Amino acid sequence: MPESVTPLDGATYSGFVTIQDAGLVGMILLRADLGDADVVSALDGAGIEVPGAGALVGGLGNGALWMSPDELMILCAHDEAEATVETLGEALGGLHVLVANVSDSRAVFRLAGEGSAVREVLAKLSPADLRQTALPPGRVRRTRLAQVAAAFWFADDDEAVLICFRSVAGYVLDLLSKAATPGSEVGHF
Amino acid sequence: MSHRLPKGGRLIDRSRPLGFSFNGKELRGYAGDTLASALLGRGQVLMGRSFKYHRPRGVVASGPEEPNALVGLGRDGSFEPNVRATTTELFEGLEARSQNHWPSLEYDVGAIGSLLSRFLPSGFYYKTFLWPRAFWKHVYEPAIRLSAGLGKPPRRRDADHYEHFNITTDILVIGGGISGIVAARAAAETGADVLLVEQASTWGGRAPVDGVRIDGSGADEWTGSAVTSLQSMPNVRMRTRTTAAGIHDHGYVLLHERLTDHAPDHSVPRHRLWKVRAGQIVAATGAMERPLSFAGNDRPGCMLASAVRDYVVNYGVAPGERTVILTNNDDAYRTALTLREAGLGVPAVLDTRQEAAGPLAKAARDAGLSVRPGCGIAGIAGRNRVERVQLCSQDGDGKVIDEIQADCIAMSGGWSPTVHHWCHAAGKLSWNDAEAHFAPDPARPPTGADGMAMMHVAGRASGATGAGAVLESAHAAGVSAGRALGMGRGKKPGRVPEAEDEAHHPMEPVWLVPARAPYSKRAKSWLDFQNDVKVSDVELAAREGYESVEHAKRYTTLGMATDQGKLSNINGLAILSRELGTPVEEVGTTTFRPPYVPVTMGAIAGEARGGLFQPVRKTPIHEWHIASGAHWEPVGHWRRPYAYPMEGESVHEAVKREVQATRSGVGLLDASTLGKIVVKGPDAARFMDMLYTNMMSTLKPGKCRYGLMCSENGFLVDDGVVARLDDDTWLCHTTSGGADRIHASMEEWLQTEWWDWKAYVANVTEQFAQIGVAGPRARDVLNELGPSMDLGGEALPFMAWTDGALGNMPVRVFRISFSGELSFEIAAPAGQGRALWDRLLEAGKPFGITPYGTEALHVMRAEKGFIMIGDETDGTVIPQDLGLHWAISKGKDDFLGKRAQEREHMADPLRWRLVGLETLDGSVLPDGAYAADEGVNANGQRRTQGRVTSTYYSPTLDRGIAMGLVERGPDRMGEILEFPVIDGEPIRARIVSPAFHDPDGEKQNA
Repeated sequence: MPESVTPLDGATYSGFVTIQDAGLVGMILLRADLGDADVVSALDGAGIEVPGAGALVGGLGNGALWMSPDELMILCAHDEAEATVETLGEALGGLHVLVANVSDSRAVFRLAGEGSAVREVLAKLSPADLRQTALPPGRVRRTRLAQVAAAFWFADDDEAVLICFRSVAGYVLDLLSKAATPGSEVGHF
Repeated sequence: MSHRLPKGGRLIDRSRPLGFSFNGKELRGYAGDTLASALLGRGQVLMGRSFKYHRPRGVVASGPEEPNALVGLGRDGSFEPNVRATTTELFEGLEARSQNHWPSLEYDVGAIGSLLSRFLPSGFYYKTFLWPRAFWKHVYEPAIRLSAGLGKPPRRRDADHYEHFNITTDILVIGGGISGIVAARAAAETGADVLLVEQASTWGGRAPVDGVRIDGSGADEWTGSAVTSLQSMPNVRMRTRTTAAGIHDHGYVLLHERLTDHAPDHSVPRHRLWKVRAGQIVAATGAMERPLSFAGNDRPGCMLASAVRDYVVNYGVAPGERTVILTNNDDAYRTALTLREAGLGVPAVLDTRQEAAGPLAKAARDAGLSVRPGCGIAGIAGRNRVERVQLCSQDGDGKVIDEIQADCIAMSGGWSPTVHHWCHAAGKLSWNDAEAHFAPDPARPPTGADGMAMMHVAGRASGATGAGAVLESAHAAGVSAGRALGMGRGKKPGRVPEAEDEAHHPMEPVWLVPARAPYSKRAKSWLDFQNDVKVSDVELAAREGYESVEHAKRYTTLGMATDQGKLSNINGLAILSRELGTPVEEVGTTTFRPPYVPVTMGAIAGEARGGLFQPVRKTPIHEWHIASGAHWEPVGHWRRPYAYPMEGESVHEAVKREVQATRSGVGLLDASTLGKIVVKGPDAARFMDMLYTNMMSTLKPGKCRYGLMCSENGFLVDDGVVARLDDDTWLCHTTSGGADRIHASMEEWLQTEWWDWKAYVANVTEQFAQIGVAGPRARDVLNELGPSMDLGGEALPFMAWTDGALGNMPVRVFRISFSGELSFEIAAPAGQGRALWDRLLEAGKPFGITPYGTEALHVMRAEKGFIMIGDETDGTVIPQDLGLHWAISKGKDDFLGKRAQEREHMADPLRWRLVGLETLDGSVLPDGAYAADEGVNANGQRRTQGRVTSTYYSPTLDRGIAMGLVERGPDRMGEILEFPVIDGEPIRARIVSPAFHDPDGEKQNA
């Protein structure tokens, strides 16, 4: 099999926030009623803990993001995604669910900076409430970045992971780079 | 003559002189100056010309309400027109030019004397130039456009950049004067997060100028320590040079922060537009002084009394040597005393009241000033500025009783609370008779999503007068804002700083000076300085029946200039009220709309310019297209290659080559943009049957079917090939531009109408790269790659799909065709899309594989008579119009659009229906051309009977081919239609079948 490439192809930008291609990430879309006990226990059997509303468990490589009351994004290693789809299919067999490998349909960024720098860069582009109290590590936010859809969470106090659709990876990299241009710090948070 | 005083100026730093230029003249000011104060300091009172009459105009105010002193600032990529000199901070090298005059500010040939101004009365746009009609376009409008207008738009691309910033805060306090500071503190003490913003570069507002004392200290000293203490609170954030531009629904506020206007630097953002979601808002926006209406009040040298005081105290600048005060209230006496203290002449204080008995009037008399109660101004003498003032009795008709030499008039018609922000989000006002102003009505505040008050007013913005009352109200506003958020309950509010309410003699409303001024004076008494609206204009509008204040505003243009009537609003509606004999409160105000002051277009655009203007969606193969010199076509936000012209080849030639190579050998298409939506679940079959006009539930796994989607009104909205993946899973291909829209509509139906159906959808468009391999040699190319599956016609017939591998690459192969050739579409994970493309190119080399773009795709589908959403459809076309009856199931009870398609109009045999069009001379019909019919319609236009929807040169047939919608088209095969064109003879075309090439489809079945 040829090696998979990310749309960012390893791109980085260093401003007052560092923006990096997070590399290949396994992502599996799960549509299911997350309030259904059978679904939850089947997922539990497959080793997946269902995060609460607006939350995530784990992180890149091994985790799950709450996307809506009937949607999870399951994170795994890129080369394990197909196998995980199989596993999930079997574990959830007989239940009404949709499982799809969407690992290649998105771009993933890591943003790192001092103090509240990452929050500031994101606040230039997203209407989300980026106060530490509103979006602490452990919460995930689906939102938009300027004109495109995006989601992000804080892996740490000063580091965030951001995902967007693959086709707009270049646009999002340019947006983030511009927002992180040295000299444009806001000093608000 | 205005000049710089030898000392004083609390905001300027005399040790830091700054050079700047005005109309090319090199001048000097000081750090801390505004452009207006620096110009006055250099004796430059004349700063612009008015909009309509080109009258000479000087600065009137000292803040954002300024109507006159507008300049063009900067040059080239940094040029900005209509900038208020009063809010422009001086910096080294500032370049300003005055506007709206020719050849110079001092001698403007466009200046219109009082005689000619009679021909430009209110509503002149509507009545003067209506006849003869052609004159408007060719004579009047060009002449008026030449003379009227202010700044010129910039000619160069903006050299600066801008950004947005989104925040959420508990409480936003607007205005950093003493009220804002007190309100912010009180709000913060409840525990709420507070953002305090101030439009100017300094805190404290005008209290220091007015000599307010708080807690025993001067306002400057008090502000300094209050600000320091606020800054130390972790829940308080503060910004200067940040104006609240607009208050919108539910606590959404736009702030306009100016980062580098005072110190230009292209490397950082110039402006930042803050989008604030505030839980509660406190408006501590202060008040604005009103001018007085008297003959000649627009003469340079006539200024607001408070502004005169500001220039002296803040900038050490005297607006004149000898200043006459004209007032109807006590506050203006402060200006008299300030001027006197600065050693400037105050020949008279004219008080329109019969009595001036307040302590400030007494202080003025004690200082030896001549206070003249019951006195007004009959007129002004002087060309480009005030030279002499003619006095009259305020009660009379303007008979001159005295004349005084003066070069400045400081006028005060009372104060109006700055209610703009309160009103933006529908807060209501009530009229206060004692102060003759509209003030926010706390009983009718702007409300939030919960129907409760979202806004509170603090200090003078609330209508409070007197420093003590102002601080009380500010503190209460801050506490209420916190409490409204459920904070600070049970907590004892902090102490209210103490200040004294000065005793004063009541003001007396005066809307015209003198009260019985004759027409000749009313026609020289300006209300709106920038737009040249006078007392007589508003009176005329009232007489002509414009009783509504909103109509009178538009008819006279009162308040429609860049200052949006900040000075003219109340005075204008008071005149209207007098003329109509209706109380002011019943006349009401015009609507206050955002923005409060102009916001730059750059700030509104934010990051969205240049490469970030719009997102560009790129397929996994995009880079190859760039490297191969693709000529692009935008498809939604996608960029798709239109064609790949080779060295020395035109785009048209490239398309021809690509079509011929595909038809004769094999072509390669990046079809990754195609929408791909998975539908799965026990009720998916039922759902699919509702979405598509076809029967999709009977499709067998492993097979594909072309399907149509209609809106509930029956119109065709999308099409594509559906593949059944397994018993309860379908994959829907949509058009490239339609994927997001169709996915959203599927979700909407499932979430709203069919919420109990068990079906999930997922948009997996971007998970896959999809590559079309089309042409008689297509199978040969795939076989070169060592497929794991049989791609022969038996194993994988037309309209079937299979999973497998090409070499070591996992793929899904669909045997579908949009070109009419033997064709495969191969889907691979997007991360391997480029690798697949490269392999196909390599494997196809021996067969002359040729990448083709969207135009070749379009030509080939048109040669086959296949429709294209957006070409053959335009939102008014139903599948039946396109001869697609075969794709509309008759066996289903229902599908989206079914009922609508049975309506009388949809079943009308006269509907325009799809046919092929073959020009008699082989030429290409113009796109969108109409087929002429006999006679004319009700509008006298030639009747039509059809139109061209797709038209191309067909390389395969070497002639023009077209499709079109024609009245009863399919019933009229062989008839000739005439298509008139703009230049030349009509083009004649024969109605034929739209399937021009391989009508039996033998090639795609190979």
